[in-house]
Amino acid sequence: MTDTAYRSRLKKRYAAESRFKAYGALALILTSAFLLYLLVDIARKGWPAFFEHRATIDVTLDATQIDAANPGAADYPGIVKESWRDKFPEFTSRGDKKKLNLLLSQAASDDLRQRVIADPTLIGKTVKTEVLLSDEADLFLKGQSQEIDKAVLEKVIATVPVERHWSWRLFSNGDSREPELAGLRGAIMGSLLTVFVALALGLPIGVAAAVYLEQFAPKNRWTDLLEVNINNLAAVPSIIFGLFGLAMFLNLFGMPRSAPVVGGLVLALLVLPTIIIASRAALKAVPPSIKEAALGVGASDQQAVFHHVLPLALPGVLTGAILGLARAFGETAPLLMIGMVAFIADVPKGFTDAATVLPVQIYLWSDLPELTFQSKTAAAIMVLIGILFSLNAVAIYLRKKFERRW
Amino acid sequence: MDKQASALITPTAPRIMAERKPRIAARAVNIYYGEKRAIHDLSIDIPDKAVSAFIGPSGCGKSTFLRAVNRMNDTIPSCRMTGEVLLDGKNIYDRDVDVVELRSHVGMVFQKPNPFPKSIYENVAYGPRIHGLAKDKAALDEIVEKSLKKAGLFEEVKDRLSHSGTSLSGGQQQRLCIARAIAVNPEVILMDEPCSALDPIATARIEELIDELRQNYCIIIVTHSMQQAARVSQLTAFFHLGTLVEYGDTDEMFTSPQDKRTQDYITGRFG
Repeated sequence: MTDTAYRSRLKKRYAAESRFKAYGALALILTSAFLLYLLVDIARKGWPAFFEHRATIDVTLDATQIDAANPGAADYPGIVKESWRDKFPEFTSRGDKKKLNLLLSQAASDDLRQRVIADPTLIGKTVKTEVLLSDEADLFLKGQSQEIDKAVLEKVIATVPVERHWSWRLFSNGDSREPELAGLRGAIMGSLLTVFVALALGLPIGVAAAVYLEQFAPKNRWTDLLEVNINNLAAVPSIIFGLFGLAMFLNLFGMPRSAPVVGGLVLALLVLPTIIIASRAALKAVPPSIKEAALGVGASDQQAVFHHVLPLALPGVLTGAILGLARAFGETAPLLMIGMVAFIADVPKGFTDAATVLPVQIYLWSDLPELTFQSKTAAAIMVLIGILFSLNAVAIYLRKKFERRW
Repeated sequence: MDKQASALITPTAPRIMAERKPRIAARAVNIYYGEKRAIHDLSIDIPDKAVSAFIGPSGCGKSTFLRAVNRMNDTIPSCRMTGEVLLDGKNIYDRDVDVVELRSHVGMVFQKPNPFPKSIYENVAYGPRIHGLAKDKAALDEIVEKSLKKAGLFEEVKDRLSHSGTSLSGGQQQRLCIARAIAVNPEVILMDEPCSALDPIATARIEELIDELRQNYCIIIVTHSMQQAARVSQLTAFFHLGTLVEYGDTDEMFTSPQDKRTQDYITGRFG
């Protein structure tokens, strides 16, 4: 123990080890810092987009202006604008009136119209109604922009109650040219439909391929070739899949443009390698002794696989499937090629309706100059990240739940 | 053609074979892994209702030959075989022999206890169920109980049949695997070093069990422990470098081996 040469060598060894540890910690701190900065920045920008400002005013529903037999046909924007201007008699000039109108959203009267259609007895009465403010007014109140006549807005705030509300509109509206009206409903529905198709095709085909390759296929040059190519496919840039989809599904088969079914087909091809590779790894991880035991009591090859090996591999298969799902949710490039990048205001109702998806919506909004759209871009990113995080959480939960020891 | 009639030339034929027909017989068996020959021209007769032990140093081919008896080697792609293995006079490698049916006649217990990660009940019931041996739930219950009793495990687990088979101790797991093998009504039970992963007490328990099972089954056991071979078997076959060196009655084999190699191995000079 008194050998000094040995002591110094030992010391060097420990020093090297602690240096290595420090590098690791440093790398971890750096990545966490970057990630945290990214998330905080997005949250800071996106959070205001989850809220909107509404003013509450009295609107007189004059029976001469609204036909009780057909309450939907009346000029509600005109009615609301009139009531709105009446609140502020001090603004008399044309310019001031225009500024006053600019504070209201195009859709300020929509809610009122719905209310009257639902309950025609309101006609002839004066009702308290909430009107949505325009995006410029909204931005000013959120402190994000000064591009509005401050004097007019301050007068409005002093006269009528203006309140901040949670914006359900963000989740219930489709896309819109009006920044304050644009919502994610269309994109979320499009994403769900597309990913459903992708998974409904990709999961059974992928798992079946993995089971065949891992358990039944003879090991020869052809299966080796297949294996190499599946691994290569996992590394093919996703836009290539988009081009393939364009050439195959749209041009050759004549399927509809911008449709979730085509997007799903393309994404299914994209996630197949991921699912196959993960499923094969899961199948390979099942100890061969289990299969031998089943064969030993006289199970056929398929019985051994489907009764014992596959159920044991299921947690891994599920994890692979969910990772594939997460990838499908986040893909943008291949969907651009098949036309899912168009401006689509309607919420898709079926697999062949024109639709867009969340990441493409993010891409579309990020291109628009309005400040509100920038904020909504960040909000959409938050929604997408939220979905991906919950998918990963489900994957971890399933893995923990079905994990078995042997 | 009566294959059993053809005379078998072995260095020493066990006495017991003079009075009994062989249950299992091998004729000129060669087994290859790729280019490597693991079994050289092996012929042997194995009687019913007796325990035959295969001993020999590691890599001598005893497990390989054992696995040839229920065609477990079929699962290894590089494995190739010539010659015949006869079960009751029928070559099990004939085209018309169904491997699934064969394995229901020739059960196997593996080196490492490998219960399915399912309940104890399911472990035993799986075989009868896939072979359709039980008409209803009651019949299946009976088979499970009988098999567990034969394996000497029933008393220990009767209150927790729904617990996982992997929750048992190593020795219990191995007895569960034996019960699982018995449940499909085999005639032959192959055991590939069934005690190598067990402690001495569990080993003793399994050995007792093997001795009981001898009354009804043809048992072949591969073992590394010569004491175990001496304790449980009536016949012993000594393998060396892929050949069957000597095959005879266990007591004679251990007291007066005919071959020099057998003597060296038994006395612990190599292996």
